[in-house]
Amino acid sequence: MPTNTSAVTFRRTRSKASCKAWLLATALAAVCAAPALAQQAPIKVGFMTVRSGALAAGGKQMEQGLEYCLAERGGKMGGRPVELITVDTAGQPATTKTRAQELVERVRVDAIIGPLAAFEALAIDDYIRQVGVPVISPSAAAEDLTQRKQNPWFVRAVGTSAQANHALGEYAAKDLKLKRVVTIGDDFAFGHEATAGFQRAFEDNGGKVVKKLWPPLNVADYGSYISQIPSDVDAVYAAFAGGNGLRFLQQYAEYGAPAKVIAQMTTVDEGILKSMGKEAVGVISSGWYTATQDVPGNKEFAAGIRAKYGADPGYYTAGAYEACAFLDAAVKAVDGKVEDKQALMKALREVKLDKGPFGEVALDPYGNPIMTVTIRRTEEKDGRLQNVVLKTYPKVSQFWTYDPKAFLADPVYSRDYPPARHLGN
Amino acid sequence: MTRRMLPFAVVLAAMALVPVFTPSHFYVNLTSQVAIAAIGALGLNVLVGHAGLNSLGFAVFPGLSAYLVAWLSTLGGFDPVSAGLLAIGGTMLVAGLFGVVALRATGLGFVMITMALCQIVWGAAYRWTSVTGGDNGISAVPRPGTGLLPLERPEVFLWLCVGTLALALIQLGRFFDSPMGVALRGTRDQPRRMSAVGYDVWRIRFSAWMLAAAWGAVTGLLYAWYHQFVSPHMMAVTASAEVLLMVVAGGAGTLAGPLIGAALVVLLKNLASIWIERWVMLLGCTFVAIVLLMPDGIVPGFGLLRAALARLRPAPAPKLVPRERADV
Repeated sequence: MPTNTSAVTFRRTRSKASCKAWLLATALAAVCAAPALAQQAPIKVGFMTVRSGALAAGGKQMEQGLEYCLAERGGKMGGRPVELITVDTAGQPATTKTRAQELVERVRVDAIIGPLAAFEALAIDDYIRQVGVPVISPSAAAEDLTQRKQNPWFVRAVGTSAQANHALGEYAAKDLKLKRVVTIGDDFAFGHEATAGFQRAFEDNGGKVVKKLWPPLNVADYGSYISQIPSDVDAVYAAFAGGNGLRFLQQYAEYGAPAKVIAQMTTVDEGILKSMGKEAVGVISSGWYTATQDVPGNKEFAAGIRAKYGADPGYYTAGAYEACAFLDAAVKAVDGKVEDKQALMKALREVKLDKGPFGEVALDPYGNPIMTVTIRRTEEKDGRLQNVVLKTYPKVSQFWTYDPKAFLADPVYSRDYPPARHLGN
Repeated sequence: MTRRMLPFAVVLAAMALVPVFTPSHFYVNLTSQVAIAAIGALGLNVLVGHAGLNSLGFAVFPGLSAYLVAWLSTLGGFDPVSAGLLAIGGTMLVAGLFGVVALRATGLGFVMITMALCQIVWGAAYRWTSVTGGDNGISAVPRPGTGLLPLERPEVFLWLCVGTLALALIQLGRFFDSPMGVALRGTRDQPRRMSAVGYDVWRIRFSAWMLAAAWGAVTGLLYAWYHQFVSPHMMAVTASAEVLLMVVAGGAGTLAGPLIGAALVVLLKNLASIWIERWVMLLGCTFVAIVLLMPDGIVPGFGLLRAALARLRPAPAPKLVPRERADV
């Protein structure tokens, strides 16, 4: 009997002691860990870029923009260190989806910056809806991502494909007084949407698009398309992405440049301007980012990028920087508590920046920035090609001057929409 | 038969049990991808390994069926299951048509014509924007899933994929052992003699083509349900080449080869890339190594290695004459 009792007592004391120890440990953990968790545990940011394949040049520039942004903030957002997890999507939708799953399910990131291409963003569109992770697009410009298929977990740090081209359409008709224009653009969604935006605003202001040419994305020779340009047009509107603008302008010059060129922003983007020569001089284009634009914060940004990487920032560099700045502002707004994804997403949608490469930026109710759009001309200045600002359109939204409701009731911009009513005139 | 199937049963069981070992959905989804890729590679293996017809356009079958199911279950308004059945039926119809065209050629001509057919469908998917969404593809493809079989859950979807893979292995294993399978290999090695003996070479090849197309269509269906998104990229030449790579790396003409090849490619692409930044280079180096060390693929390579080891042990052994493939 006595042995039995002592055994019982012993067991009790031990369980009491362990209980106390457990309580103490929990209390200690609660006291020390709570602030530590909120302030010291790193914020995990997934970054989807392209390091292999045809889009790798843009991916590299995105990485520079993001690296610069994080370095500028001392590697911290809202007082918490940032852990950046970079993945390579190879520019393929299926790989992009798996990389997104890796970031969400394996690494458990708090937010994602990326991906680069529109079809990549569309490939993970349903997925991010299901898992509920905030995604900030640093470059994907597909119209519908913030229009007819808007996603509660997606905001864009850059404009839509057509956003700056509406402005160019109006400028071409009103200021340049162009009447008849031929369009030539990459035969994929980005080219279609940009051209559609230009055509709509241009024709609404009295211009006529008389011919639309669509060379395939990886065509080697633009000659057969350039020879289809009628000799009596006022200008050629060019919408090219990646290295295609460079090749088109070179071949266009070789054919004697039959008409002046107006262009969509990536045709003469700073990212490829450094590889261009005389053929780019005089091209008038529009964009939401120009390395020389005079908006609060851009001078420092452009100078900083030049000093660090030896090149002017372009579409991808500025887009990635801005995406990072958006996230930083949102993290500050929620006091670093990124674990509450709903709150973080709400803060992201309400982001307002008063300076940066794009200057003053606010998001519209659809998650797309309202920002300054500039008309610029490519000139040789300080021994290199630069886009010099001619005119500034402040606070341009993705809907331009159109009513959002009516805009969204129409089909999305495409190869055939809006229909060109003046073909052959 | 049963003894030969045992290793497959073990591997498939291990794949199905991945959700038990890891709570992370990432690995579960990765296993699903391996299974889907393996079904496609098994399908292509019928052509490459047993019919001796190297196709560089295999992606057209998964592509067609994925686009069909995506279109039917989103814009078409069908429920996912009937959309899936219609997609497989539709793919088989088109495959029959393509087979009539493609099987007029063999050898290099067949490679080119299959590639061209795949490019036609790729072009249609890319340019016919009003139906296919162009390079933006079709998104929000619904997965079938009811109370009994909630396929939206990664582990349940994995079981569907592994189950289908098991079916493919059993069906193809039986087919290869059947008189038809032997006849098919006959048309690969000695088409003229087979013809002289009285076999209809074209019909045998056409059956193999349709069998490959059927498993290709199933792959496409699972692909569309898995990614819930289709885009022209899945029919690009690189996509076809990737399946061919799986078959060749694993070992054409073997049953285990495509499975191992698919696992190798999918895991190198998606798992190795977590730790190795230059994963594309790693992929390339791996294939160079396979070609140098095991030109027939991993499975025959290990078979030869085992034979060589067995030969080392007893001192004098009769020299094995390598099998010659003489097309007359």
